[in-house]
Amino acid sequence: MFDTKRITLLAGHYGSGKTNIAVNWAKYLRDEGKRVSVADLDIVNPYFRTKDSAADFEEWGIKLISSPYANSNVDLPSLPKELYSVVDDKSFYSVIDVGGDDRGAYALGRFVPKILEENNYELLLVINKYRPLTPDSTTTLEIMKEIEAACRMKFTAIVNNSNLGRDTTAQTVLDSVGYAEEVSRESGLPIKMTTAEKRLCGELKDKIDNLFCLTLQSKLI
Amino acid sequence: MSEKVLMKGNEAIAEAAIRSGCRYYLGYPITPQTEVAAYMAKRMPKIGGTFLQAESEISAVNMVYGVASTGKRCMTSSSSPGISLKCEGLSYLAACDLPSVIVNVQRGGPGLGGIQPSQSDYFQATKGSGHGDFRMIVLAPSSVQEMADLTSLAFDLADKHRMPSMILADGTIGQMMEPVELAEDMHETKYEKPWACTGTQLKREHNIINSLILKPEILEQLNLERYEKYKIVEREETRFEEFMMDDAEICIVAFGIASRVAKSAIMEARKQGVKVGLIRPITLWPFPEAPIRAAADRVKSFISVELSMGQLIYDVRLASQCKKPVHLCNRVGGMITSPDYVLNKIMEVNGLGGAL
Repeated sequence: MFDTKRITLLAGHYGSGKTNIAVNWAKYLRDEGKRVSVADLDIVNPYFRTKDSAADFEEWGIKLISSPYANSNVDLPSLPKELYSVVDDKSFYSVIDVGGDDRGAYALGRFVPKILEENNYELLLVINKYRPLTPDSTTTLEIMKEIEAACRMKFTAIVNNSNLGRDTTAQTVLDSVGYAEEVSRESGLPIKMTTAEKRLCGELKDKIDNLFCLTLQSKLI
Repeated sequence: MSEKVLMKGNEAIAEAAIRSGCRYYLGYPITPQTEVAAYMAKRMPKIGGTFLQAESEISAVNMVYGVASTGKRCMTSSSSPGISLKCEGLSYLAACDLPSVIVNVQRGGPGLGGIQPSQSDYFQATKGSGHGDFRMIVLAPSSVQEMADLTSLAFDLADKHRMPSMILADGTIGQMMEPVELAEDMHETKYEKPWACTGTQLKREHNIINSLILKPEILEQLNLERYEKYKIVEREETRFEEFMMDDAEICIVAFGIASRVAKSAIMEARKQGVKVGLIRPITLWPFPEAPIRAAADRVKSFISVELSMGQLIYDVRLASQCKKPVHLCNRVGGMITSPDYVLNKIMEVNGLGGAL
């Protein structure tokens, strides 16, 4: 149903939901029969990272490339050496979870020449209308440009991940469609997908194009 | 109330501070509270405010002293090791009766410790935030919504009682994302500040902010007056929540993230027929002694659920006047009690039936 590329990069504003989408997109690729790896490039976030889903990845047969220090007590912006396999080992489909904002995107820089050379990637801008610093297209595009400048790549499409956490209703998602369309119009980028938690998908499936249903990472509290 | 947004706890503190009229943020980055500074760095320049990353925590807290002396609302934030560095400044802020807001998003200690959540700065916040006799109002949020609401309250209480107030949060609430409704902009304080150093305009005597008082008679008098003020704060500002306490035979006392876990455990224990409830202090100082003292006559035992080696438990024992046994249920070092872990403790304590 969705186009896939060998490398999917997820970037966007801090807290826009990149990690949850990375986990779900990796599962989607796996269900399509691909060999899949997920790379955690997040050097910004100390908690709540792709590594939280390590057990799921193992069950699904997805390779997780993550800093040995992620979710530990060591506060180092370190990247794992295995990250190079993402660009070098083309037998895998790779999902790269980039850290938030321009600060997070700097870490991507060193892989960019090879990604561009292979030219089988998509760089997805994850957006959430309900984040306080990106309530409209102007502020969203500002952050988009900062990220593009930091990682020296251009976005190829948008993921509308607008949600209010546990308070999200079908209407919450529907109310964000106009916002996503405006971001799309002003940036010239297509909307690859609009996401919604599984519990809302039945209600939304006839109302929203390219709906991508999410299973959320489990939370302790 | 305005529209709902999805925020990190740390962001909610920053945005609530701005909406409370705080236009001066003086800080220094440290995990897991850096988003407070990052948010302020983005927002303050756009609204004519000042974001200043100081060269150290000590410098930041002394800048707070400076801004607070002019009567302007200001804030600094840090996490445990950084707060220790600020402690000298906290003593000076209290000594000069300067309204100010200090945020501690706690991490595991002692020393540099780790970056995962903790509540082990309870003693420091409520009893020993610096040398000398003084108190701070200490507010303990347990949700992202409360991160916002209690930050607004912290500014208000600081001005009302002319004293520093602290938000004592932890890494989990700082980092987690939840829906929040933010209050509309409140802007400036409703309290007069005739003591502030704002220039005399040649119309009044100089205001002097100073903590060096060399005459013991005067220094004693100032301490006595300050403690009279603290009595008013104790009387007027104590806040707590009671959860399923009506028929409770076991009373859990917990604040912040630990209280959320405790609530999940209480729901489960109730399903299994154990009558357990929760008293959640929202102000850690002033501590809600009265409801705990009252509960001590009704319940068989208390459980203090905390992410520290047994700090809150001392206040529970004091407030309950040791009428009933107080058990400890804790994890430390950045580990969090799971609902099952608390449930097991509830079952164990229930089995004791009020014995130690």
